[in-house]
Amino acid sequence: MNNIGLYLHYPFCVRKCRYCDFLSAPADDSFRAAYIKRLEEEIAMQSERYGRRGDSRRAVTIFIGGGTPSLMSEKEISGLMDCIYRNFEVAEDAEISMEVNPGTADIGKLSAMKNAGINRLSFGLQSMNNEELERLGRIHNAEQFLESYDAARNAGFTNINIDLMSALPGQTAESFGITLRKAARLSPEHLSCYSLIIEEGTPFWSIYGEGSLPEGMPELPSEDEEREMYRMTKEILSEYGYSRYEISNYAKPGYECRHNISYWVRNDYLGFGPGAASLIGNRRFTNTRSVNQYMKDFALSEDEPLDERVSMAETVFLGLRMTEGVDCKAFINEFGRSLEDVYGDVIEKYTATGHLKKSADGSRLMLTEDGIDVSNVIVAEFL
Amino acid sequence: MNIDQQHVRYFCIIAHIDHGKSTLADRIIEKTGLLTSREMQDQVLDNMDLERERGITIKSQAVRIIYKAENGEEYFYNLIDTPGHVDFNYEVSRSLAACEGAILVVDAAQGVEAQTLANVYLAIDHDLDIVPVINKIDLPSADPERVANEIEDVIGIEALDAPQISAKNGINIEEVLERIITDVRPPEGDPEAPLKALIFDSVYDAYRGVIVFFRVFDGKIGKGTKVRMMATGAVFETVEVGYFGPGQFIPCDELSAGMVGYMTASIKSLKDTRVGDTITEAASPCAEALPGYRKVNPMVYCGMYPADGAKYPDLRDALEKLQLNDASLFYEPETSQALGFGFRCGFLGLLHLEIIQERLEREYALDLVTTAPSVVYRIHKTNGEVIDISNPSNLPDPSEIEFMEEPVVKAEIMVTTDYIGTIMDLCQERRGVFHGMDYIETTRAILKYTLPLGEIIYDFFDALKSRSKGYASFDYEFEGYERSKLVKLDILVNHETIDALSFIVFEDSAYTRGRKMCEKLQEEIPRQLFDIPIQAAVGGRIIARETVKALRKDVLAKCYGGDITRKKKLLEKQKEGKKRMRQVGSVEIPQKAFMSVLKLDDE
Repeated sequence: MNNIGLYLHYPFCVRKCRYCDFLSAPADDSFRAAYIKRLEEEIAMQSERYGRRGDSRRAVTIFIGGGTPSLMSEKEISGLMDCIYRNFEVAEDAEISMEVNPGTADIGKLSAMKNAGINRLSFGLQSMNNEELERLGRIHNAEQFLESYDAARNAGFTNINIDLMSALPGQTAESFGITLRKAARLSPEHLSCYSLIIEEGTPFWSIYGEGSLPEGMPELPSEDEEREMYRMTKEILSEYGYSRYEISNYAKPGYECRHNISYWVRNDYLGFGPGAASLIGNRRFTNTRSVNQYMKDFALSEDEPLDERVSMAETVFLGLRMTEGVDCKAFINEFGRSLEDVYGDVIEKYTATGHLKKSADGSRLMLTEDGIDVSNVIVAEFL
Repeated sequence: MNIDQQHVRYFCIIAHIDHGKSTLADRIIEKTGLLTSREMQDQVLDNMDLERERGITIKSQAVRIIYKAENGEEYFYNLIDTPGHVDFNYEVSRSLAACEGAILVVDAAQGVEAQTLANVYLAIDHDLDIVPVINKIDLPSADPERVANEIEDVIGIEALDAPQISAKNGINIEEVLERIITDVRPPEGDPEAPLKALIFDSVYDAYRGVIVFFRVFDGKIGKGTKVRMMATGAVFETVEVGYFGPGQFIPCDELSAGMVGYMTASIKSLKDTRVGDTITEAASPCAEALPGYRKVNPMVYCGMYPADGAKYPDLRDALEKLQLNDASLFYEPETSQALGFGFRCGFLGLLHLEIIQERLEREYALDLVTTAPSVVYRIHKTNGEVIDISNPSNLPDPSEIEFMEEPVVKAEIMVTTDYIGTIMDLCQERRGVFHGMDYIETTRAILKYTLPLGEIIYDFFDALKSRSKGYASFDYEFEGYERSKLVKLDILVNHETIDALSFIVFEDSAYTRGRKMCEKLQEEIPRQLFDIPIQAAVGGRIIARETVKALRKDVLAKCYGGDITRKKKLLEKQKEGKKRMRQVGSVEIPQKAFMSVLKLDDE
């Protein structure tokens, strides 16, 4: 029986953050309710092919992301989870994550999540510094987060992630260090630390993306400061028992996010909701990015058959995101050729420059610390 | 065919750029009734589509039309088109030599410009009858009386009764047509004398070989005539002779003294039919050739390389084809360490270079890397040897050089008095030697300079236009070689000399140019995984340095399921960008960086 990961997208939030380029926007209660019905229809439809009424794949990880899925009511959450169970077999030990925005879930809702089967929470905190939070346009402050976090522990969650961001406007290495330590002291099982990217089409883009800085706006940290923050993250978190296992992800042993790893090792997954992507064997397809269209028909925005060349490239491009890198033997097993055979010259070139390395036993190919800093340059050559 | 020479006229139209030469030509063709307005496509003489439709290349350099004059008689008009740029001065002079008259078109608002003068002097040199015409009288800013006075004052020809026309709107075109009869003399020439014909152009046709355009001065030429080209010595038997209708060749049995036409003779190469050469009969040649022939030498050279090295054979084929139709295009294979296999190409001037470059890119779909244009330097070596070099990389070691010479031009710049100071500054910066200034009227003057060709081939024209707000015009002709203090400036990227970036420069400007070049390259070369020093050196001595700092950060913070397709595309784009760069040692240099030297004067 084939395993599969399921991703459910909830494209609504209280208010759009100023850096956010995700598929997410505020919407009223009735539209949000209608959306959940639609999402359940999609789950039922895909079940005919891959679920209980199809080839009966077993869901080993489930991730409900957004947007702010914690905006869903208790009833909606349990209803949605029921829908999944009805349509897919879910493994006994499945990792079932849900994103929570501080200030959108009290102990009652968190308990309902727990009861519905959710066993991992991901808090979008971003910073412990209220000034920084305000500049980002977040709806919560650090104190509200602490309340939510305590409530989650009280509701019985034993696997919690906290999202943080570095390279924020006006952020210094010092203030970022304080955020890191404050978060680590809470002892979540997992931390994601993302360097802020100024995306086109966001309010931040009009401030930082082009031309000169409008008056009164704090500057972004320089590239050197940003890299300093990146190195600090690994150092400080290791003091608290976390290891980096992917470019932006840190975990206590055994708490690496299995759902996300399935993206990087290219296991099969199905995505539900607008903009959600699925990988089934050699085919990747992505739902329409328009919520309105999604409400009318389940159109795809992309449907890409992946030939062997692309599959090999993706294996390296995604695998190198993880600190343990690409499994050389698994590569041979899948494609019948060795990494060296296919990419010998690129591997040689960047090994010589100190950007790529092999594990001591030669079984894995990975980026060095220097390699991570400029990984786009390197992985682009595998495409 | 016999035509009374009294009823034949040969003329060309000369004008400053944009004064309406082509439009007037169109109107003349239209008015003589050969084509209706509807059939008349704009600018028949320039029309490239027409050439394609016929599947052969006619440059339509000449057209014969029939004009029914007011006196009721019919006249044969032969309009010979001339290229309109200083690069093609020699071709212009040969076209003029095939005419008895020239219609001088002057813009009613702008008045006499530098090119007007240059062309008119050329026409006077060829003893042409000049018919001044004032065009664009429909413009609100038109001042035909002032312009007529200007023509009289500046050029010294009668112009007060010049036809005032609007070629665009077809106003007073008849007056021009009548003037051609009264003001241009009919051809002379003895049909019984030995054949003497002037080649004023030739084109290559894939089916018929070279088609030679000529004007018969004496004698006759018919089908099967055995002819000899007096300068090249080539001998051919004509296959076809004929004359020109608009956009078409009309064969006939014979062309005699005073006629313009074409011949084909299964000629394989344009090299045998040089513009300006004299055609005569092989069996009974004329005593001496027509004057004025010279072999045209390229003035400006550059390296042209295919962006994709595998396209080298395509580039060679394309150049070969272009040369069939353009004898002044020169090319020979060359190799560059930085750019691989390519060609050193020679052109009449920068415009010619640009035309060829554009045709290679458009018509042959070639993506090119072009090195900075260079003039031909004359090197006097210590061993007494004198060599001409067109590629800075071939400059001998400085210890072997006694002295160097560079080409200079005689330039005339016409400018409104407000800008005289600015333009003199510009010429000074470009090492111009001032020879004097003539006022044409109270508000305008002609500045006379000798300028090194190397100083004007890049951007002189643009600088002139921008500094004078468009009020200066410019014309030049080759003057000769002058001794000069020149050095080769080498550019080192990551400690390696990049041959394709070397250029020869006036010694005193070497430091400034070197520094600017380094700054420019620092902007053009993207950051890579390590620091890249960029240095400028003269004779091994570093005179300027910049550094492209190593890339510190290029990493995707996030990449989850929904991001993969998009991020992959982003990276693929990044990789595509890399493909457009040249790998030199371990450094990737964007192709446009090789043209950097051209932009050194951008402020």
